[in-house]
Amino acid sequence: MSDLLTARRLIRAEPSFGLTAKLWRISWSYVLLLCVLAGVGYVALYSAAGGSPEPYATKHIIRFCLGLGVMLCVALVDIRLIARLSWLVYGGSVALLILVLKMGHVGKGAQRWIELGGFQLQPSELAKIGLVMALAAWFHKASWERMGNPLFLIPPAVMVAVPVLLILKEPNLGTAVITAVVGAAVFLAAGVRWWKVVLVIAPIPYAAQVAFSHLHDYQKARITTFLNPESDPLGAGYNIIQSKIALGSGGLWGKGFLQGTQGHLNFLPEKQTDFIFTMLAEEFGLVGGLALLGLLATIVVGGMLIGLRCRNHYGRLLALGIATNFFMYVFVNIAMVMGAIPVGGVPLPLVSHGGSAMLTVMFGFGLLMSAHVHRDVDFEERED
Amino acid sequence: MSPFKKENKRSAVFTRRALLLGAGQVGVLGLLASRLYQVQIEEGARYSTLAESNRISARLTAPPRGRILDRFGTVVGGNRLNWRALLTAEMTADVDKTLDTFARVVPLAEHERARIERELRRRRRFIPVIVREFLTWEDMARIEVNAPDLPGIYVDVGTTRIYPHGPALAHVVGYVAPPSEQDSGDDPMLALPGIRVGRSGMERAHDLKLRGRAGAVQMEVNAVGRVIRELDRQEGTQGQDLGLTIDVGLQNSVLKRLGDESASAVVMDARNGEVLAMTTNPSFDPSLFNSGVSQAQWIEWTRNRKAPLINKAAAGLYAPGSTFKMAVAAAGLEAKTISPGERIPCPGFLDLGDTRFHCWSKYGHGALDVRNALKQSCDVFFYEVARRTGIDRVAAMANRLGIGVDLEIELPNVRRGLMPTRAWRMGQGKAWNIGDTISCGIGQGYIQTTPLALATYTARVATGRAVQPHLTRSLGGVLQRGNKAEDWPALGLPERSLHLLRDGMWAVVNEGGGTAAVARLPIPGVQMAGKTGSTQVRRVSREQRERGYKSENMPWEWRPHALFVCYAPYDQPRYAVAVVVEHGNAGSAAAAPLGRDIMIDVLTRDPAGRNDPGAPGARVAERV
Repeated sequence: MSDLLTARRLIRAEPSFGLTAKLWRISWSYVLLLCVLAGVGYVALYSAAGGSPEPYATKHIIRFCLGLGVMLCVALVDIRLIARLSWLVYGGSVALLILVLKMGHVGKGAQRWIELGGFQLQPSELAKIGLVMALAAWFHKASWERMGNPLFLIPPAVMVAVPVLLILKEPNLGTAVITAVVGAAVFLAAGVRWWKVVLVIAPIPYAAQVAFSHLHDYQKARITTFLNPESDPLGAGYNIIQSKIALGSGGLWGKGFLQGTQGHLNFLPEKQTDFIFTMLAEEFGLVGGLALLGLLATIVVGGMLIGLRCRNHYGRLLALGIATNFFMYVFVNIAMVMGAIPVGGVPLPLVSHGGSAMLTVMFGFGLLMSAHVHRDVDFEERED
Repeated sequence: MSPFKKENKRSAVFTRRALLLGAGQVGVLGLLASRLYQVQIEEGARYSTLAESNRISARLTAPPRGRILDRFGTVVGGNRLNWRALLTAEMTADVDKTLDTFARVVPLAEHERARIERELRRRRRFIPVIVREFLTWEDMARIEVNAPDLPGIYVDVGTTRIYPHGPALAHVVGYVAPPSEQDSGDDPMLALPGIRVGRSGMERAHDLKLRGRAGAVQMEVNAVGRVIRELDRQEGTQGQDLGLTIDVGLQNSVLKRLGDESASAVVMDARNGEVLAMTTNPSFDPSLFNSGVSQAQWIEWTRNRKAPLINKAAAGLYAPGSTFKMAVAAAGLEAKTISPGERIPCPGFLDLGDTRFHCWSKYGHGALDVRNALKQSCDVFFYEVARRTGIDRVAAMANRLGIGVDLEIELPNVRRGLMPTRAWRMGQGKAWNIGDTISCGIGQGYIQTTPLALATYTARVATGRAVQPHLTRSLGGVLQRGNKAEDWPALGLPERSLHLLRDGMWAVVNEGGGTAAVARLPIPGVQMAGKTGSTQVRRVSREQRERGYKSENMPWEWRPHALFVCYAPYDQPRYAVAVVVEHGNAGSAAAAPLGRDIMIDVLTRDPAGRNDPGAPGARVAERV
């Protein structure tokens, strides 16, 4: 049995594993799911512009096509090469995070992006992927025995802490939390014992109390208005209240395409970015909302399945990290618009308007797809 | 452990944990789905209501104010289209530049510019601000021609109140003005910009009917309040048209006859109390109140000794003087203190204790009966009748005839005057003197009345009915009660007494030696009955009297008022007229000719007898 497996692996790992074979191995059904999601984005942005492809929807599709190209290119890159580049991506993204703090553009009171060759790059997006890659590379090399050694876990913990702290400094609370959670997920999947992760997470509430006093006022406001949105209906709580009104008035079947009053009369803020889910759920109701949630869940589960089918540890962890990252986006965004967690400025990937998020998300899906394409390659773990 | 086993162990742990994490994530998304269900279905109704209240804004619309018409349907208070230029700030890139250009096309004063800029700052950018009102056709043409250089400027039309007969009817029709805090009451319409409420005259008396009820428009608005579209419109109730009893042609004609005098004349249909003309001279332009009266204008009005702001006809108080003598005679006849044929000698004075009361005729009239005492206006005769009858019975009769009582006319700010009694004097803590009674016998002393009351008094003597003066003929096209003689009860005075009074008044005008023989009508077959009066505004001392007092030589303010009351035709009373000329000296000289001319005018026009077009409102077709 095990001999047979080894034989199969050797065959699969043939250098003659060519372009056509790779294309054949791409999960086109998964690509289709992503296209459907981008299509939903087109519909939503068409409505957000008051029934016009300009200025959002057309750009959205162009960006998606660009992102799709990036994704397919990345998918064809050998996973082993990607693994070797992990540290470069991680290091580069951390450098960019430092750069953005030094000279980034201030948007809504936070330094979040830098201009890079004509388009904006949000390094925090890239940092999450870089972190997943680096953690996967680290744990890929770890033997099962070494996993039990707490000292071995300190470097990856630092690898998580550095970007998280830098992102917090921007400040971007939402992305920092997502980054930390994605890192924790990779730790767990790598086999770190539950209690160790819990041990690190447990003091966080206490740390949070200390941190709260150091938070920026707008972050404090978000947390306090989250706890009681009606306390400041025209200030920070306004967005959440209007979003809930939009959702609630949508009902079961919604108000119909282009008929959402909250969205079209501008009661709903930032409907083309953060609150795009709200706008869709207002116009298409619970039915539309659940359908979109279903589609998003399918993409998350699909990513997980790709990880499960991988035969190398790097690919598994990479796929799980990317899928979790996507899940976290979806969760934070939708929970936010429903008033379940504080507003975080996190867009809904592939649906919301916004260029840099689209490219980094598609880059991440490219890595995921590469893990899928190269799921059976011989990828030796070296202890040294 | 073999590398494979090691790999298997790692893979197995990964598989387990990936499945757990995946299941956890799907579970979390499931929680979000249930939350979505909660918000969209369970709390959906509440949020739907909130979304509707977000989206829908109800606004009131003011219906046009009802018009005020004269008895023949001539508009005396109407609505005029008011063309105005408005500026919407967000429609122009540069508000200042647009206003500069506008000022070159239609000049804007410094304070207008300041007001516009103040309003622009205060309002949201999509709410239009009035730049200029009451545009002429020329202004509008200039604005239209320059439209390309005036982004954000547009011309629209509203309404404004106009009074085509301005000053002539200012005191009757009144005027409108923006509501004050006290008016606001519970009518939400008053909160509307540009709304006006009746502030004086009939505009105020019938304000609610004229105003109508506001309509409502439901509009869809966006988050900043901009109107997206109209959803529903409920028209309000239009204000009702008010038909006056006034004949505006007669009104103007009477006013013209008053000339420069500080005077007042009331013309009444003696049979039913309809006021056909109620003039006060001088007057003011009521439309000035619509937009606001300037300080200078206000000072001019209030300092003018001819008091243009006072409605002399209904609120100007004068002693009735000799015109009161019919009331004294009627009281004496009623109380039987004098019989119809009884003569009282007049030596030119009446001594009462130490006090001597003079007759206007220094040498006396000899013995006169009621008829001739009226004809010659003998003072001594009425001193004596008053003395015999007593003030309370004289007052009761005067009240019955319309003097010193509330005549219940619709106008606000009407004064009832004063008919003194013993009780009234007691109320002041003083005792009534017999001398006071004597003065009242010739309509002097404490008695005060208005031209309106004098006209009513004359009409009551002429017809024997307790007519009350009124100005409302129709409302919303429906003729109001009181337009027929039968609507008014009889006074209850014996016809014989009334005839005696009328005969005396006839003699005043139509017999040689009558005090108003000058006022005899030149119309064949139509005769007028009347009574003159002159009332001192200052006491004339004995010395003055002995030095040959001549009131013409006194300063204007010290001269006596001249009064005249009359009705015609004598045999079939139809019109009653009361004229008061302030400081006009003798009633016979200053007031009687005016009364005559007005009566000729009324009889010629015959507004009450002209083939009655019915309710003027009934043929109201062309509303503004």
